[in-house]
Amino acid sequence: MAARFGAALILALVVVAVWFLADSNFVLRVATLVFIYGLAAIGLNILVGDAGQVSLGHAGFLGIGAYAVAIGPASLGLHPLLALVAGVLLAGVLALVIGRPILRLRGFALAVATLGLGILIAMVINNEAWLTGGPDGMRVGRLELFGWRARGTDTWYWIAAAALIFGAIVASSLKASPTGRALRAVHDSEVAAMVAGIDVARYKSAAFVISAVYAAIAGGLLALYDGFVTPDVAGYLTSIEIITMVVLGGMGSVLGAVVGAVILTALPQMLTAFAEYEHMVLGLIMMAVMIGLRAGIVPSLAALFGGVLRRVR
Amino acid sequence: MTSLAADGIGIAFGGVRALDGITFETAEAGVTAIIGPNGAGKTTLFNILTGVYRPGRGRVRLFGEDVTGEPPFRLAERGLSRTFQNLQVFFRMTALENVMVGHHLGESHNVLRHLLPLPAVFAGERRAREAARAELAHVGLEGVANRSAASLSYGELKRLEIARALAAKPRVLLLDEPAAGCNAVETEALSTLIRRLAGEGIAVILVEHDMAMVMSLSDRVIVLDQGRIIADGPPDAVRTDPAVRTAYLGADG
Repeated sequence: MAARFGAALILALVVVAVWFLADSNFVLRVATLVFIYGLAAIGLNILVGDAGQVSLGHAGFLGIGAYAVAIGPASLGLHPLLALVAGVLLAGVLALVIGRPILRLRGFALAVATLGLGILIAMVINNEAWLTGGPDGMRVGRLELFGWRARGTDTWYWIAAAALIFGAIVASSLKASPTGRALRAVHDSEVAAMVAGIDVARYKSAAFVISAVYAAIAGGLLALYDGFVTPDVAGYLTSIEIITMVVLGGMGSVLGAVVGAVILTALPQMLTAFAEYEHMVLGLIMMAVMIGLRAGIVPSLAALFGGVLRRVR
Repeated sequence: MTSLAADGIGIAFGGVRALDGITFETAEAGVTAIIGPNGAGKTTLFNILTGVYRPGRGRVRLFGEDVTGEPPFRLAERGLSRTFQNLQVFFRMTALENVMVGHHLGESHNVLRHLLPLPAVFAGERRAREAARAELAHVGLEGVANRSAASLSYGELKRLEIARALAAKPRVLLLDEPAAGCNAVETEALSTLIRRLAGEGIAVILVEHDMAMVMSLSDRVIVLDQGRIIADGPPDAVRTDPAVRTAYLGADG
């Protein structure tokens, strides 16, 4: 049990430790962003790291979740939480419908097709200004539950942390199940998976939908937390960032996805001392990590140190 | 009752006829060997019989039902399994996990259930693990259960594929060059295993180059040459068939 949910356990400890060690609200705000992007990365890792299918368009699903909590209450009078559920459902259904045809593609073709999907969603958000506010973005109402308003740095720190840990538990459960094994089989050899009775198209599609749902939840949380949303959330740069988190942190590793989110979200904040060289340093760190730790940070270090760390993948 | 049957199967790649008019039926149990010189079309035939390729012409029947063009996972549900000449192992998994994938047909396919930390799912995983350990022992791989498949030797990987195929509890098992890369002792162990499977009522169809193994093991031998069946019968009859000698040794042989 401890080994199966080691990642969630470690995340819980880190969440508590950061809470006590943080010396400013700024640290907590950055940590909140790390948790939310980490959630999206954990989800994408199911598709990329486990099932071995690339997506360069997952920010599109992030955008659907984000704009759902913006548009739902503003235009339809929905409760923000209901709007979030609607956004997640919409992302899931879209992933189900588009996943089947798109996931027949492999490698570079799949990469370009998913990139196109993400760009398409971002374009719709940009162009339908009457609904979305267009490039200027739109305000997002506060999340309110039974008269209690979700506001303030502390509150959002814990909301995001709870979502992250819940997401880690779900991902770890999946990994240790027959479905998780089927996904990894598809990754290694589609033909052998099929011969073993695995409906490859169905499992690829399932991984696509699950990762889209994670992204939509993360997008919704991001918008509710920020109180404002712009089309950038759905843009291809965001897509690239999330998949970079996955690859950098470690494909197939729940903890790795979050470590990747730390590097892409928190590290730039720590590197501000380098001023105009900040992005150069970040780029160098990313290259050095991939050269030195080819399987990603967490799996590589786990292989290096073995034993204890290996059990928490 | 026949298990696997081919009715006039033909396929061409880029205008070249790889297989032409292949027709045969196999019994419900026993060992059928398919032999022939390199390039005769043996592996292509395997790929058609197991749904990896769709034949250009002809039908494939499994237990009397037409299964032509059905994808491999549907054929697996009908009791057909196979191994590969060019290894198709899940290299990022341990040997044990490879065999556990073979259990897929007998497991719950409810993805939503698998997203939750349910004790029932964990218990199922434990049972699958124990069963897989026993299945690895069948092929003599119990000692490497927790090793990464990527670290196993060629002969071990060949046996791992067989263990994975058997984990699906097939009624028809196709083995593509199971003895390739095995030493004499391993080949003998493999023969014993195959004989036992046939005795248990599994129809085994194998492609193999080790003639000693083929002749001692098979109930029936089908010889392919240039995409056609040139001989079909018991090992002794095939061994002395003039057409077979010509195919293997050339016209002057």
